[in-house]
Amino acid sequence: MATVAGTVAIPESKTMLTLPGDAVRQIQWRFSDRFDLQMLVASARGVARGTVARLVAAGERNTHEWTKAKDEMMDAFDRAGITAAFMEPEEGGFIVGPKNLALGLAAFELAWVDGGAATASLAGFLALSPIHERGTAEQVARYKKLAAPAQAGENRKPWRGAFALTEPIPYVGVDTGMLSGKVRVAEWKDGEEPWLQVDKRGRFITGIAFANFVTAAVNSDDERIKGSCVVILEETDEGTFDRGTATKKLVHQLSSTGDPVFNLKVPASRIVGGYTVKDGVIVPNFNHSEIIDAVFRRTRVPVGLMTAAKLLSAAEPVIRYQRQRFRGAEGAKPGSVRYEQGIQQREDALHRLVDIWATGEAAASMGFAAARLFDELDPLEKQKTAMLKERGIGGGRAEMKALRESEERAIELTKLRVNSARRAELEADPLVEYVLKDAEANVLCPATKLWNTGHGANMMREAVSLMGGYGITEDCPGFLANKWMDAQLEATYEGPEAVQRRQLTVTMTSEVFLAQFAAWTAEMRRIASTHPGTGACTLASAMKLWAWTLNYLQKTTDPAGGKLYHGQRQGVTFALADALSWLMASRCQILDVLELETRGAVDAVAAEGLGGTVQFLSDLCHTQAAQAAGEVSRICAELVFGYNRHPAWDEQDHRSCFLAAELEELEETMPGIMAMAVDVLAADGSHPAKAGPCAGCAGSSEFLRLQSKLTTCLTGSRLAKDRAAETVSKVMIPEALDYPAAGAA
Amino acid sequence: MSNAFHIVVCAGIVPDPLQTLEPTTGPSGPGIKNEMVLPAVLDPWAASALFEAASLAAKNPGSPQSPSKVWLVSLGPKAKLQQVMMSVAQKVSFELVPVDGPIGGFPDAQATAAVLADAIAAIPGLDRERMLLFGGWESATRGAGVTLQLVGERLGIADQFQGVDQIELHEDGSFEVLERVEGGKHQVSVCAGVPAVLGWATGNLAEPRNNPQVGMANMRTIMPALQKAKTATLDGNGLHYVSVSLPKQQRTTRVEKNMNADEIAAELVAWIGAE
Repeated sequence: MATVAGTVAIPESKTMLTLPGDAVRQIQWRFSDRFDLQMLVASARGVARGTVARLVAAGERNTHEWTKAKDEMMDAFDRAGITAAFMEPEEGGFIVGPKNLALGLAAFELAWVDGGAATASLAGFLALSPIHERGTAEQVARYKKLAAPAQAGENRKPWRGAFALTEPIPYVGVDTGMLSGKVRVAEWKDGEEPWLQVDKRGRFITGIAFANFVTAAVNSDDERIKGSCVVILEETDEGTFDRGTATKKLVHQLSSTGDPVFNLKVPASRIVGGYTVKDGVIVPNFNHSEIIDAVFRRTRVPVGLMTAAKLLSAAEPVIRYQRQRFRGAEGAKPGSVRYEQGIQQREDALHRLVDIWATGEAAASMGFAAARLFDELDPLEKQKTAMLKERGIGGGRAEMKALRESEERAIELTKLRVNSARRAELEADPLVEYVLKDAEANVLCPATKLWNTGHGANMMREAVSLMGGYGITEDCPGFLANKWMDAQLEATYEGPEAVQRRQLTVTMTSEVFLAQFAAWTAEMRRIASTHPGTGACTLASAMKLWAWTLNYLQKTTDPAGGKLYHGQRQGVTFALADALSWLMASRCQILDVLELETRGAVDAVAAEGLGGTVQFLSDLCHTQAAQAAGEVSRICAELVFGYNRHPAWDEQDHRSCFLAAELEELEETMPGIMAMAVDVLAADGSHPAKAGPCAGCAGSSEFLRLQSKLTTCLTGSRLAKDRAAETVSKVMIPEALDYPAAGAA
Repeated sequence: MSNAFHIVVCAGIVPDPLQTLEPTTGPSGPGIKNEMVLPAVLDPWAASALFEAASLAAKNPGSPQSPSKVWLVSLGPKAKLQQVMMSVAQKVSFELVPVDGPIGGFPDAQATAAVLADAIAAIPGLDRERMLLFGGWESATRGAGVTLQLVGERLGIADQFQGVDQIELHEDGSFEVLERVEGGKHQVSVCAGVPAVLGWATGNLAEPRNNPQVGMANMRTIMPALQKAKTATLDGNGLHYVSVSLPKQQRTTRVEKNMNADEIAAELVAWIGAE
């Protein structure tokens, strides 16, 4: 049944030969031409499946304390170039240019084995990030040089850092805008640099057990210092640098976390980004919020990728467990179905694994898309700042105003046809490119952090459940129970789910984003016309329903007249943010499979068995798109109808009901009407036993049309799932996992 | 004297030993199922040779005018070689001499040796009078056991050692070699000097850790070399395999419910003794 020349609605059946290898992933995640990143992956993988796996297997997670063995893991990071991945070559690194994809890949590889190890590597970058993003040239030079691993011929240990933001009970995990840490002027002699007294108690500070320096967020406690700032503290500064007690985490025990106490005297030159003195007041060039925004915007993406890695890492051990489940039992003789296929003879086991795998693929695709986007955005942001500076525009509101015109041009660009002459002009404008990418990043980053870790944690539980009782033992291959528990922390640190939803509440309504979203919806329809097996059409219908719902909710009020789409109405905004995250993940997943299909054919390794791999990954896309569509449909329907007051059996709503006698009369002229009427009042006023007359759909008929279309767009999705399940039952896996389970080290 | 060596290491790529290696018969004869898509590694025996070569070169750097140098000559699909290099290139310094050839199947050792010898003979700047030809004594897959010897003979190198675990240089340019023999013992030989062929067993060195700085330095020559790699075809020379099979797994499992731990241990000791 041909739909478009050269395509068929039901794709030809092909089977994936082996688990997707490096050649496939490099194409999907767009680093097949970056050997620096491929080496980083190889290097990080070696440490993860060697040093880190042995630590986990040996029970090193069973203590909260920072041990010698854990410290040696940090040395292994140094030797393998993971620490240096954050640095420029002149600073001791080996990767030129933006590092978001690099850090994401390193975190992904480490988290494939242990999330805590990945966090331990990221924590150092997090401490350096305020300096990297906003530090003065002197600060950048000093701390990056100190933090770089020793070069050939050098005999020194690299400095390690910790980022101190959150503060103690009762302010655990405080909002980043509220601080109790204080800074005041300790000493300020005429003509000399001021000295500051910093008083900060941290809570849940990662990397604190071995930190040589700390970047700490503090508020002014002195009228001679304006606002807030981030200061750099060193362990040898005058005063108290107390690392505090280790946090008794149930997760991520391979990273150090503690509650430090600092009371230190430091020069004002330690204010990150520097300061100016105005009328006798120290004015930090950046307040702590500005710095934190710049930092977290990027560092949240690798966290989302960590959970994605765990989901994908679960496939191999689960398949092996399922296939070997009955081997050794009396009733499972070699050659029998029970012996050869184990639990995989049951559809449910396969389908559940397909769901986990599809989630992992979508999460990885979205995370790496976000990382790549920030790599593109970093130089653009610098270019934007330089261009605006040339025009005498410094930042803040002036910048927003200046970019307004670029936003309009960007929106225009999203609506132009491919062959439009105007298109080339707009595409060549760096400010237009910046606002487009910025709007996308403002959604993709929180969506990655929110969906990958939140939904990912739920799906990790599914993975554990597929291993039966084995899943919740230390012996479980792949450390799946650890990964499940760890995912909860990943959903929490660096901004918990509510923070991400709150950010999405604002960014997903940006006009520039919504214009792109509309273009992406059309793009999915086009993709569907050539690749019907990917679920792109399902996704496009879900995207349309989401966009309609957002628009409807922005204009609609509840029965009390309250606005439905409002920052304080999180029942609406957060739910829509969740729904959007499903859509974004699914879209990225489809785009990655298309990339593989397009470029895989010219890669000698990926080309082998490419048809089967693309088929399987497309089926996962379709499965995931159907899941996303279901979530979006449910959430949107609840929001559109859930804020309408349900009709009651009262005087007013009775008016819309038929009276029994009235119906009898009508039946004579309209035969059959009695069978269709549901809300009928008897002569004595009694009514059917239900909540009230059925609710109408006035004003929402378009929603029902879109939802109905979406529902029918699910056609074929379960066939895709069946195909994927069959592949899962046949795909060749290695003889053994390439890292040990507990006790095997 | 200043020892400066030109060490050429012949090393193939093989499927990662953890992968499922399933014999299969294709149009060109027996092979391993899905070999092209299985993750590959440098053949572990030859990898030992590479690490020993790098160590020997580092200990005997020669002079700035005449430095020691290591080349890695490898025959395989260049896309596959590139993947393997992402890890191997981070371990030690070398120059890659890739030959873009087939993977899989059971190629004829004569044909393979001819291709490798030609590639080595064409290495610019290689001083064959100072050459040590290294390789693996065995292979993790399909080791013919003769390829390295044949390469040596084609290059006119008569001094050949196999199962080498150690090389120790003498002041006069001669060197002592420990070759594995039966019973866990070594045969000690003294060779008057290079050139020589050494087929390595495991050697004594641990696998070097990955170091991206080393990798980036190596990549300056590896990537151009891969792009310019010459293509080679291997003539089967009428070779025909009657059958192939995996080594039999020596594993017997018995569920024992009526023996205590001491009795089980005693039986294990007796079994080991009998073996």
